[in-house]
Amino acid sequence: MKNIFYLLLRRMRLPLIIIILSYAISITGMVLMPGFDDQGRPWHMSLFHAFYFVSFMGSTIGFGEIPYPFSDPQRIWTTLAMYLTVISWLYAIGSLFAVMQDPAFKRVLAYARFLRSVRQIHEPFYVICGMGDAGQLVARELAESNIRSVAIDRDEQRIQGLQLENFAVHIPALCADVSDSSILLTSGLRQANCAGVIALTDVDHVNLSIAISSKLLAPQLPVICRSETHDSQANMASFGTDYIINPFDTFAERFAMMFHSPSMYLVYEWMTSLHESPLTEFAAPPRGVWVVCGFGRFGKAVRRALSFKGIQTVIVESDIEGTGAPEGAVIGRGTEAITLHEAGIEQAVGIIAGTDDDANNLSIIMTALDMNEKLFTVARQNLRSNDAIFAAARLGMIMQSGMIIGRRVIDLLTNPLLSDFLRLARVQNEAWANVLVSRIAGILTDQPPQTWTVTVGNEQTPAMVEAFSKQLQIMVCHLTRDPRMTDRALPCVALYIKRQNHDEILLPEDETLLHAGDQLLFCGLPHAQTHMRWTARNFHALNFICTGSDRPSGTIWRLLSRGRDH
Amino acid sequence: MNLEKVVFAFFIVLSLTLNFGFFIGELDNPNHHNVYELFAALVVSLIATIMKFGDRAHIGAVLLATSLVADLQLIAAVIVWTISVHGTGTGLTPMVISSIVSLSGGALLANITSVIILVTETVMFRR
Repeated sequence: MKNIFYLLLRRMRLPLIIIILSYAISITGMVLMPGFDDQGRPWHMSLFHAFYFVSFMGSTIGFGEIPYPFSDPQRIWTTLAMYLTVISWLYAIGSLFAVMQDPAFKRVLAYARFLRSVRQIHEPFYVICGMGDAGQLVARELAESNIRSVAIDRDEQRIQGLQLENFAVHIPALCADVSDSSILLTSGLRQANCAGVIALTDVDHVNLSIAISSKLLAPQLPVICRSETHDSQANMASFGTDYIINPFDTFAERFAMMFHSPSMYLVYEWMTSLHESPLTEFAAPPRGVWVVCGFGRFGKAVRRALSFKGIQTVIVESDIEGTGAPEGAVIGRGTEAITLHEAGIEQAVGIIAGTDDDANNLSIIMTALDMNEKLFTVARQNLRSNDAIFAAARLGMIMQSGMIIGRRVIDLLTNPLLSDFLRLARVQNEAWANVLVSRIAGILTDQPPQTWTVTVGNEQTPAMVEAFSKQLQIMVCHLTRDPRMTDRALPCVALYIKRQNHDEILLPEDETLLHAGDQLLFCGLPHAQTHMRWTARNFHALNFICTGSDRPSGTIWRLLSRGRDH
Repeated sequence: MNLEKVVFAFFIVLSLTLNFGFFIGELDNPNHHNVYELFAALVVSLIATIMKFGDRAHIGAVLLATSLVADLQLIAAVIVWTISVHGTGTGLTPMVISSIVSLSGGALLANITSVIILVTETVMFRR
């Protein structure tokens, strides 16, 4: 704020000097011009009268000639002085407005405002660098969960777009170059309540420099980075970046999972879905030969994942040499029927359009479907603005980088237990996943399930702490019981328990005993979460579920009932 | 040669000389003190003040302070003059003129300080 003041003063120097000079000249002139008083005697204005006259002349042209009617020399001078002072006033006011409108001045103002609002954040907050599709998604979902964040992007329009959106919490946003480490400091990196840095720009190198700056400036902060090449991924990992998300690898992994374990894929899909997104239909992709158009980073990741599952792929790529496509690859973009025919589209079971051009990808899909309508279609969507046409194309699966990265980041931030659960779930077999899917499917309506964490302790579950102190034993089934009708279970499934001593229990039994410090992961319908939190906070509800007896809560009733017991 | 420095030094020294010109003479003799010189001293002093606006250097800040003091003293002198001549009609009695002159004497001290700072800065500036 201080800077702005200095800037303003500096810019106002010349206009102010011009005003003072024009006043001084006008006043001196008024004093010097000969005039006559009411008796016709020669008279000169005194300095005071001249100052008074010039002051009101400069600001208002409609004035009288005081104290005596003017002589002609005085009128000539007044005419000159009038233009002089009015012009210098206009100039001064004009420059003041020009300073206010100046882009540099506005930037300084925006910067100062950003700095102030970041300092005013008292809750934990995340610094999100890069407000592309993924960044916006993360900001929106964090705001949805009442988590504060700070946004930086180089693009002015994205920042303005962010400010137009109506978030539940205020997100301070700044338009600046994120690779500048001083900007990171401005965004509160060293503030005690900063919870982490999320680098989501679409340039790997920028993400890398954000990661390294924040690891140097604030080593304790977790850093989540987007990276699209293995090279920079290894670089980021080398200095301890906590989470590195590669959208292509993430997608390819999930896609391959659909082949060998559809139920496991469904578990992943359900657990990591966003707020209020509809439940997607699921169709397992067929086994057979797949045609992959485009052998860039995406094509490579998909091919690697598919060949790991023993599925054969045919590559279609226009730049065979540059991309290092394997032998047997077909030259072409894949948008023409002839190339697809050469790749054997008629015998293939699926097609993956993975170029970095949305129009080409859709064209590939349409052409391929014309030739073989039974194909399973997968397309890569590069721009979020193309949502409508991709939805209209009725694709089997859409790969959208922003979405994949955004979901992954949100899971890491809002539900760290989920990553632990998914890590354990991955090594289970398909039968295990089938059981889990049917259990979850049994409670679902038309929305995907939500996941939530309950940490046993004073903050989240005061009722359980009280119960422990009264030697009551609390089991998982007590939490999953409906507090209003205790014989009914809430529509939720306990997925995972992490104990304080790092013991882990996957899909705990109903009779599993709970201890202080346990972290529990549940999944189910949103209202189940509300009821469960009530049970965990209200001792009487919990007590009623555990013992089946409704104990009086008021002091008097408690005394009375004790009397009755004896 | 820096034109900004020349102009600034010019105004600082000019406001000192004008102020001195008004101040010199018998304290209570109105004939020795010309009101137009006071007017000129005030205008020049105001300009010198504005020229230091927005200067973030330490010396610049001190110069701004001293010339603000000079402005205040001169404005006070001008107000005393205006009230006694035009307001109450007392006229320039020895008492009034001596209070005007002593106020401008204060401004003179502030202006001398400005010039000393200016000279010090110039001497310390080696290139």
